[in-house]
Amino acid sequence: MAATATLSLARRTMVSSHSVRARTWKVEIDGSVVGSISNQRTVEFPVKAGQHLLRVKSTRYLLSPEESFEAVAGQVVKFSCHPRALSPIIFTRWLIWFLASLVKHDLWIGLEFVNTSSADIGATSFAVLENIPKIPAGASEIESSLSARPSGIGSGTITGTAARAPANPRSALVVSNLTKRFGERTAFSDVSFDVGYGEVFGFLGPNGAGKTTTVRTLGTLIAPTSGSATVAGIPLSPENGVEIRQRIAIMPESPGLYLRLTVTENLEYFAGLYGLRHATTRINDALEAVNLGDRASDLCASLSKGLRQRVGLARTLLSDPEIMFLDEPTSGLDPVASLEVHNLIIGLRQKGVTIFLTTHRLDEAEKLCDRVAFLNTTLRTVGRTAELREQLFKRSLRVKTLEPIGDPAEFFTRILAVEDWRPDGANTYVLTVSDPEVAAPEVTRALVSADVGVLFIGEAQHSLEDVYLELIADDAEARRS
Amino acid sequence: MMSLDATRLRAVVHKELLDYRRKRAIVVSMVLLPILFLVEPVVSIFVAAPSESSSALDSFVILPLLYMLLIAVVMPSTLAAFTVVGEREQGTLEPLLTTPLREQEFIIGKGAAVMIPSVALSYLVYGLFLLAVELFAHPAVATAVFHNGPILLALFLFAPLVAGWSVVVGMAVSVRASEVRVAQQLGMLASLPITGVVLLLAIGVIHPTFPVAIAFAAGLLVIDLITLRIVSRMFDRERLVIGTKATRS
Repeated sequence: MAATATLSLARRTMVSSHSVRARTWKVEIDGSVVGSISNQRTVEFPVKAGQHLLRVKSTRYLLSPEESFEAVAGQVVKFSCHPRALSPIIFTRWLIWFLASLVKHDLWIGLEFVNTSSADIGATSFAVLENIPKIPAGASEIESSLSARPSGIGSGTITGTAARAPANPRSALVVSNLTKRFGERTAFSDVSFDVGYGEVFGFLGPNGAGKTTTVRTLGTLIAPTSGSATVAGIPLSPENGVEIRQRIAIMPESPGLYLRLTVTENLEYFAGLYGLRHATTRINDALEAVNLGDRASDLCASLSKGLRQRVGLARTLLSDPEIMFLDEPTSGLDPVASLEVHNLIIGLRQKGVTIFLTTHRLDEAEKLCDRVAFLNTTLRTVGRTAELREQLFKRSLRVKTLEPIGDPAEFFTRILAVEDWRPDGANTYVLTVSDPEVAAPEVTRALVSADVGVLFIGEAQHSLEDVYLELIADDAEARRS
Repeated sequence: MMSLDATRLRAVVHKELLDYRRKRAIVVSMVLLPILFLVEPVVSIFVAAPSESSSALDSFVILPLLYMLLIAVVMPSTLAAFTVVGEREQGTLEPLLTTPLREQEFIIGKGAAVMIPSVALSYLVYGLFLLAVELFAHPAVATAVFHNGPILLALFLFAPLVAGWSVVVGMAVSVRASEVRVAQQLGMLASLPITGVVLLLAIGVIHPTFPVAIAFAAGLLVIDLITLRIVSRMFDRERLVIGTKATRS
């Protein structure tokens, strides 16, 4: 899958490739090292649409000036870099350069914009911050957003047109037999799953199931006892911790803000920690995305819990992460604030951000997640909610009559399409059937011919809560036996 | 060779200094503590009998001078003790550890933010003291102070070094402590042994000369660097996140 725009960087040189100055130079975009460039080479980097900062840095800590550029979808932005001439003959000039560079390192590597050209890179525009949909005031946005979900998620890799172009085509998260023990206690054991790029993956389970520990493990905060994982294409290991953390964002259950600092100061701090300089635009965009633009100068101590949660979300948006881990993002929020967070998540998923959502709220998971996983120390199941329902429950019809049926056992046994039945209230019945489309007309005919008033007949829908309770009940039973 | 990112370091230092400025208790202690440590030396100098011999005066002024060095010991130890356990108590440590910030950047950034105001205030107090001596002290006493070259050199060289010691020791305690108050008390205690050098100079066990001052400064620098390395190794993300007991999700 192609990216939105391409940065093409050519390195020119005036010295032999064996010279000291022929060492590889690092290329930084928006403060993050994205690759390197050798002498007389041209390299290309995929970039998202929007404003970026480019800098070239030598391995000897010599820098180029920072150049900003606007990447437009489908275009190639060309830059050229070269070492500055350091004539040994004009020693005075060299000395001035040297002394000046101690203060300002802009003099060693020249970096120049060349031109912008079109390229058919077939990418869909994506820029998290610039295009984050603002949290809408109403709830109607959710339905329309959900209907626009890209297809093909269940297989693990998103294929929809709105999907974000991954750095590599593999899954965003690949977890294989991951286990974490704290002494005698097992936090989670033998957990395996994968999450596709652009997928919203729900991670459910009761208290103490190991959800937060899994997030912390994948976020390189704690080391797994055994097993392996790949996060944003990088193998999970202590050595790769910084690189992984550069590509992900984690929002813990408690936002953990510095209460004596303002909202903007909090975000400025974290922008700095992500190595982002000149982050004012990003901060403003992130605040706008969570509808906090007008509270930017407020001290965090003066914000309500819901607003603090939003600041925490804005913080995760700053670094434009490939994967966002949201640990109970709506915990403690009122319904309106929760809805706003839901809408933001929907907006992010439409932009192709991979979201790993830990939640206790099953309605939330059902509404937002492409797939869900149930963890109860071990991974109980993974799948789309519809698939899980089919796996766990037989299909059934719900019948509601005007008055109770005289002898329901005798009545339903006579209908061939009905395999089993059970009452669900005074005049409501749940019928187990193999094919509701065949059984429903047959049941309706039988009820009408028996002169029973029918208020409702339709396929019974099992909620995610039913699935959850069924799995947890299985676990409880297994422990008892 | 560890690689440090200047942007991240700058972010840590800037945020810490901003946070100090907003915390009333820190601002008040930063104002009161130097005044407290300035009073005793100033009074001592002004009550000194100028009729005494110059050698007696020379010895007499050593203690008031070195007394001011305690600013660089006491102030950083309380601030440094807060650095890690304080973040954990206010719930900001975990979000911080989820960023690309390296352990060394965290320690050096936090340490620098503690050292900058502490050393700056120490130097400000030294300056004020010397100015007061120059302007108001008896000429014989002033001469004794300004002719104590090795002690003055030690005062200026030792301030950042003893502050550095207090910072790294305070952070070491903070990494392992479970409460801010415990960390501050232990940090203060742990930072005191370094004042032994001061004591040895003050009571005349070590005769203050320029080479001795420089040698002690070099020794303190080595101790600081070794301790810094030890603290870096003590910094364990997992332990900091989950504490001594494993948390449940």
